[in-house]
Amino acid sequence: MKSFKNHFSLVIALVSILFSLQIFTIVERAIDAYRENLAKNYALVVVAQKRVDTDKLLNSSELIASINDISPDSVIAKLNSGISKQNIALLKATLLKFYKVKLNYYPSPNELEKLTELLLHSQSIKRVEAFSKTYNTTYRLLLLFKTVISVFAFTVIIVTILLIFKELRIWQFKHNERMSIMGLFGAPAWLRSAVLFRLAIVDAIIASIFSFVIFFYLTSLSWIEEQFSSIGISIVLFDKIYDFLIMLGVSIAVSMLLATFIVLGHKEEV
Amino acid sequence: MDKVIIAENLSLAYSNNETIINKANFSIDSGDFVFITGASGSGKSTLLKSLYGALKPIEGSLVVGGVELREVSNSKLNFLRKHLGIVFQDYKLVKEWTIEKNIMLPLIINGYERTVMQNQTDSLLKHVKLRHQAGKYPLELSGGEQQRVAMARALAHNPILILADEPTGNLDDYSSQLIWNLLEGANEQLKATIIVVTHHIPETMKVSYKHYHIEFGDIREVI
Ligand SMILES: Nc1ncnc2c1ncn2[C@@H]1O[C@H](COP(=O)(O)OP(=O)(O)OP(=O)(O)O)[C@@H](O)[C@H]1O
Ligand SMILES: [Mg+2]
Repeated sequence: MKSFKNHFSLVIALVSILFSLQIFTIVERAIDAYRENLAKNYALVVVAQKRVDTDKLLNSSELIASINDISPDSVIAKLNSGISKQNIALLKATLLKFYKVKLNYYPSPNELEKLTELLLHSQSIKRVEAFSKTYNTTYRLLLLFKTVISVFAFTVIIVTILLIFKELRIWQFKHNERMSIMGLFGAPAWLRSAVLFRLAIVDAIIASIFSFVIFFYLTSLSWIEEQFSSIGISIVLFDKIYDFLIMLGVSIAVSMLLATFIVLGHKEEV
Repeated sequence: MDKVIIAENLSLAYSNNETIINKANFSIDSGDFVFITGASGSGKSTLLKSLYGALKPIEGSLVVGGVELREVSNSKLNFLRKHLGIVFQDYKLVKEWTIEKNIMLPLIINGYERTVMQNQTDSLLKHVKLRHQAGKYPLELSGGEQQRVAMARALAHNPILILADEPTGNLDDYSSQLIWNLLEGANEQLKATIIVVTHHIPETMKVSYKHYHIEFGDIREVI
């Protein structure tokens, strides 16, 4: 019971930091996956007077994934009756050329504007339709979502750090006493702080395992997966190895930092 | 005989305050059993603090176990302290450690083997009649029990010099006698030098002892 109380406050603080970080990571992943999805379904339509050199255009921007011409055949087929083959060929030659431009990823409004400019100055391109109105709304929503989550995670981390600093004084007092007593019996500095660093590492490991269990449980719930698949994305919510190692690294770093503060703040009393 | 403590013109003071010990001269032989008396506030605890290097002399010289304490490096001070057994007036037990671990502290610092530590701790717990309390924490004990833990800790590593500040201050006659027997044993069998601050020198002392008295900043042997 006593040792549980010794660990409790730091473990809770660490868990809340890990929690915010993981939530932030999940949102990042979700947004990236969503952007990829959007990019898959998104295309610009380019209208040119003459046939364009698609390879050359493809190389002109990193953003462009593919360029396909939209065949006028189906339209022409409707007119087919009563028009001679000769005239159709003539029509085909004079008709404006339509191309569908697919992108590698979902661009920011700025990137999109630049791309439009670039296309308009290439070859015989007359018009570029970027469907910017619908596009902008989705993009803004995405950004808003991300901002809200970031602010949330950031606030939790700041509040936790403030709490930790408040607790730090209590820890400092407690550890100071033990370190002084050990010093009076001739313990060298490394041994005096070893206890503290070991405690810090143990707390960090407990916090990481605790967070692991929480996220393992949460991400195995089927309704959470359903939420994500309902908006058409499937991502790794919690990577059991990679994410756990990150958690472990972050919590060990934070608790070691705190332990260092305490050791540096140690004063010998008379 | 070897001198364990040599003080020459020793003056002690807390930062910028009045001097508490003023130009005292005394020496203590190896194997001596010494009582120090004096009124409350006369500087008994202050003298002990200087002997374990927590308070540096402002004047004169103080050599304990061959180590000059006025200008001492941390590593040398740690080396000296490893061979001291101290009972503090306020006990200074580690609150978040069990009684058992508290007693083990000097053994841990001196790098004893696990089994040796365990045996030594068990035997000491028995001697101070606290065997059944081994797993408790200091704040779960009475004042007198804590004092006995502090005594056991001071003896754990068979120190060459024991400094005890009113080690029976909180104990009844029976428990006090336990403590005196332990100290006499350490003095006789282990040849430890013993310095005890007390208000009452026990009448039952079996070993010969010296008596120093602190008054008006001076330390004098009472013959
Ligand atoms: N940490 C300190 N800082 C400043 N002054 C102190 C400190 N500790 C003790 N003093 C002062 O030094 C003087 C001697 O104190 P000391 O503790 O040595 O007395 P003592 O002889 O051990 O008394 P007692 O029998 O009550 O334990 C006292 O006047 C006290 O006020
Ligand atoms: Mg005192």
